[in-house]
Amino acid sequence: MAWLGVLYIGSLLLLFATAFWHTDPFTSKVIPGFTLENFQELVVQEAYRNTAVRTIGIALAVTILCAALALPLGLFMAKVAGPKLRAILAIGITLPLWAGYLVKVFSWRITFSQGGPLDWVLAPLGVDGMGYGQPAVVVTLAYLWFPYMAVPVYTAFRQIPDNLFNASADLGAKSWGTIRTVALPLLKPALIAGSIFTFSLSLGDYIAAQFVGGKTQMIGTVIAQNINLNPPLAAAFGLVPILVVVAYLFLARKSGALDAL
Amino acid sequence: MKHTKRLSLAAAGASLALVLAGCGSSGGDAGAQSSGIEVPDFPVAESVGDSEGQVNIVAWAGFVEDGSTNPDADWVTDFEQQTKCQVNRKVGATSDEMVQLMRTGEYDVVSASGDASLRLIAGGDVQPLNTDLIPNFGNLVEGLKGQLYDNLNGKTYGVPIGRGANVLMYNTESVKQAPDSWADTWESDSPYKGKIMAYDSPIFIADAALYLMSTRPELGITNPYALDESQLAAAVELLKQQNEIAGEYWNDALKAVSSISTGTASLGTGWQVVVNLATADGGKVASVLPKEGATGWSDTWMISSKTKNQNCAYKWIDWASSAEVNAQIAQNFGMAPANKEACEGTKENEAHCETFHATDEEYYKQVWMWTTPVEQCIDGRTDVKCTNYQQWTKAWTEVKG
Repeated sequence: MAWLGVLYIGSLLLLFATAFWHTDPFTSKVIPGFTLENFQELVVQEAYRNTAVRTIGIALAVTILCAALALPLGLFMAKVAGPKLRAILAIGITLPLWAGYLVKVFSWRITFSQGGPLDWVLAPLGVDGMGYGQPAVVVTLAYLWFPYMAVPVYTAFRQIPDNLFNASADLGAKSWGTIRTVALPLLKPALIAGSIFTFSLSLGDYIAAQFVGGKTQMIGTVIAQNINLNPPLAAAFGLVPILVVVAYLFLARKSGALDAL
Repeated sequence: MKHTKRLSLAAAGASLALVLAGCGSSGGDAGAQSSGIEVPDFPVAESVGDSEGQVNIVAWAGFVEDGSTNPDADWVTDFEQQTKCQVNRKVGATSDEMVQLMRTGEYDVVSASGDASLRLIAGGDVQPLNTDLIPNFGNLVEGLKGQLYDNLNGKTYGVPIGRGANVLMYNTESVKQAPDSWADTWESDSPYKGKIMAYDSPIFIADAALYLMSTRPELGITNPYALDESQLAAAVELLKQQNEIAGEYWNDALKAVSSISTGTASLGTGWQVVVNLATADGGKVASVLPKEGATGWSDTWMISSKTKNQNCAYKWIDWASSAEVNAQIAQNFGMAPANKEACEGTKENEAHCETFHATDEEYYKQVWMWTTPVEQCIDGRTDVKCTNYQQWTKAWTEVKG
């Protein structure tokens, strides 16, 4: 256990320390020392700021998309579907987890390609597929992380007793009112738990951006570009998602969603 | 232990020398013989002795094949049997990764591209070679003799494997008229807006510089790898203009194949091997070497300065440089072989060299081989400082926004 701590915390501390070092511009060897150059670079250079904002935006969009899909699906599975259909849907949600990450990303790459399946499906409607770009990254990431949102939301729906819905109806609430005032507050912890996964996983991803992003640059892309040439800058930029996730966890804690943990 | 200490001292001395060289603008002649780049001194091997039992190689995919990827591609098994050197291969994905791997000191041989080799030489990561110990060294094609990226200060550091150009490839269904210029990939009024693909690496800045060489001669660029600050700024400006009209950046050959053959991209920078793979799958793809010329790459075998398996390393390089094996590597990877004789013997060899312009020096005269940009301008200017690769990396991030 102690070793686990040393390895895990140790590597994070090393990352933090590296962010203050600099590299030899020619051989790109890392030279220990103390400089704030890397952080200054991140603040001054517009491209880094834009990339950070863009990445956070993509992660938020992925989280919202996942939640928007998980809510009706969870409600349907928990309260409407029969046991057989429920089992089939549960398998359907978790099955993609068994496939390789790259396989899934590449299949989305093919889906979004010119004249690919998406174009083909949309052609009768006279619409073109969106091609590669930020929307494609959001869809792909939402697909990849959807199970992490859907499973907790579904479990939370299952735990809401049916008679709460009946009571709500008896007291005169319409179906939307029931969802808003009864179901959603009970689902909040599950939604927040799920969003921690979808948000932080999206924040660190860069392979999806490489394959379906067209020219989209994310935090991970920049780190990958610099990891061999300028590790201190990569380390400094690597601290950005860590800070964002810590802030996110702090907000989640404050909202009381993590009390059950 | 003593050995490693001496090495680290040498490396420290080297970095000091580098700093000094950077500070004082020592007026002098630049070029392959005296480049102004200080290099750590390592002894040259005098003989090749008995096998150490193994050799660890960092290589591009397809350079070191033992038949496990493709049963027809196997030039490692025979080597292992004949020399008793077991080959341990590590595939490197990018030049930067290869440099990093060589720094660990765990690898004996690397197949370095020109954008990695200068860094390896100056960083003291590779040793000078005794070409007398590589009998197969002699038959190089003209254009690959004594290039800056594998020869420095009169010493040979690398044995060429092969070369290729970054050609302009296009989908023949969307591009009816064969292009003869890079203009459609750079200019804002390009008819292929949104369907242009570009290579995703800081070294691609050289492609912009190359285009500027012919379109804006007043900038005075004479070598796309020697850019002073204002020239780099002009290249970045052009790249930002391209970013507006580009659809995709690629860094993986298979990605490029899928984009160009489906027509997701209409035209852009590519490798001959991408074109070949695409056409083999039935894609309607062709390529040209535009009138402005092109950038390109050439790979060389290098031996680590920290190698523990020097004999096997020399044996491998000699083996891989023979006409027969060099032809196999070149054909498997899709590039022009470095050994002249790899173009002879069979119909297949001749056809391959024809496709890749292996001995066509006129073709390769228009190709600027990837070279690590360094502070010392390699075009011979001594009155300015050029921008280095780290600056290029920063600029590249800025371009992509």
